[in-house]
Amino acid sequence: MPKNVPMVKVYILGEGFDVPEGSTIISALEYAGFQLTVGVGCREGFCGACATLYREKGDYKLQAGLACQTVVTDGMNIAQIPFVPAEKPIYDINKLDPDIEAFKTIYPILFRCVGCNTCTKICPQDIEVMDYVQALIRGDIAKAADLSFDCIRCGLCALRCPAEIVQYNAAILARRLTGKYLLPNSPDLEARVKEIAEGLYEKKLQKLTKSDTETIKKQYYDRDIKTV
Amino acid sequence: MKSGYFPGCTLKTNAKHFEDSAMQVMEVLGHPLEEMENWICCGTVFSMTTDDLMLQLASIRNLLRAENQGYDELITLCSMCYNTLKRAKEFILNDEENLRKVNDFMYKEDSKFKGTTDVVHLLSILKDRITFEEIKNKVTKPLTDLKIGAYYGCLLVRPKELAIDDFEDPTIMEELVDTLGGEGVVFPYRLECCGAYQTIIEKDVTVKRTYEIINSARNAGCEALITSCPLCAFNLDQRQKETSEEFLEFSTMPVFYFTELMAIALGLKWNKDWKKLHYIDPVPLLKEKGLI
Repeated sequence: MPKNVPMVKVYILGEGFDVPEGSTIISALEYAGFQLTVGVGCREGFCGACATLYREKGDYKLQAGLACQTVVTDGMNIAQIPFVPAEKPIYDINKLDPDIEAFKTIYPILFRCVGCNTCTKICPQDIEVMDYVQALIRGDIAKAADLSFDCIRCGLCALRCPAEIVQYNAAILARRLTGKYLLPNSPDLEARVKEIAEGLYEKKLQKLTKSDTETIKKQYYDRDIKTV
Repeated sequence: MKSGYFPGCTLKTNAKHFEDSAMQVMEVLGHPLEEMENWICCGTVFSMTTDDLMLQLASIRNLLRAENQGYDELITLCSMCYNTLKRAKEFILNDEENLRKVNDFMYKEDSKFKGTTDVVHLLSILKDRITFEEIKNKVTKPLTDLKIGAYYGCLLVRPKELAIDDFEDPTIMEELVDTLGGEGVVFPYRLECCGAYQTIIEKDVTVKRTYEIINSARNAGCEALITSCPLCAFNLDQRQKETSEEFLEFSTMPVFYFTELMAIALGLKWNKDWKKLHYIDPVPLLKEKGLI
């Protein structure tokens, strides 16, 4: 790290630490000496593992965001949420139809929505969470799947909901039903899955699992990323 | 005057035939309904708890979104949506502190709620804007010899401040039936409560109400009922199953949304899918009268 980087003071679980200005919350936690085993994942804003509550200096508001995407400010108070123990019902997708009945049975709690929009307000992905809940209430499964497409399942919506709805789990059911029943089948995907099942990558995978860490790292960083 | 249409959740599910028929009817009458965008549940029922503003948020958010979409009025078909939206609007606008508090919850909306969009029921539009004379001119298949009881229930006429007609002796729906060439029959229980949400926790209460209301209509000579409330329609139509099991001498009666009969009278094709959403099959009666 370069010398003379300006520092800011943050409070992690109430204890003060000096961390470099411009750090994300994740890097601030690690700089302060915390070894993260939960509440961290891809570090790129995609996996949804690092939901975090924070409060900025002089503000009364509890805010929330992803620790890997939120930059610390001086005087910030931070507490990570390691896991959201939300209801996750078991269902057989083959026995469901893509209609309101599925949601009445599996997530009846959806119908308690009062439209307060607290979920939309807290969503770090800027998803219109309340609007997809409302789409589900009137049986518009495809719209709910579309509106919730960017959900990374951090669980903040469910944590803040005054009606105790488990929005993000209901949304994944909407996307599963849409994918299975409402969208057209993709012949290319089916052909690809068949190729893989027949062992297309078997040899390459075997070789990879026998390589040492350095080789794998090199291969990873040298990989050819195709852009469309 | 820009009018938006507010469907409400039930019109997209159990009362799809109400919406379908209304859309087609309004097209024929030259006033097509334009559905507002991003509407949410109306709030389901107006909460009379004066200190729990959370229960008003859905209604106000809808009205605010309608305002921001430039609508001067929102037309509802469902009596419940009409009642809930209209009462919530008055309740919030009449108290500065309520207005301020509710506006604090309008996050992520384009502006604050001002209350510039009116809430109007489709029946009022038919009577006052389009006029029954105009509708009469467009009737091609009059409901001749069909005796219809108009069931108002509570939500169109109570409280009296929002009643779409005289709150104790409304005639708007009977007039509509007469306009369509049928016979609007006044029956004693047309303003009684259908049992409303008791249908979930005390089913027997609504079964008894259904028995009394339909018998009252039958005794006055009605052959079918019309309504504009999906909850009344559920209780009066679907609960005839339990009513028949409970009262062995009970004889069933079809229950329509008023727009279904309008569609027939205006010469539109009876949609077979509508039948699936009725519990008591209305087809034999319609065939008997030569209407389909």
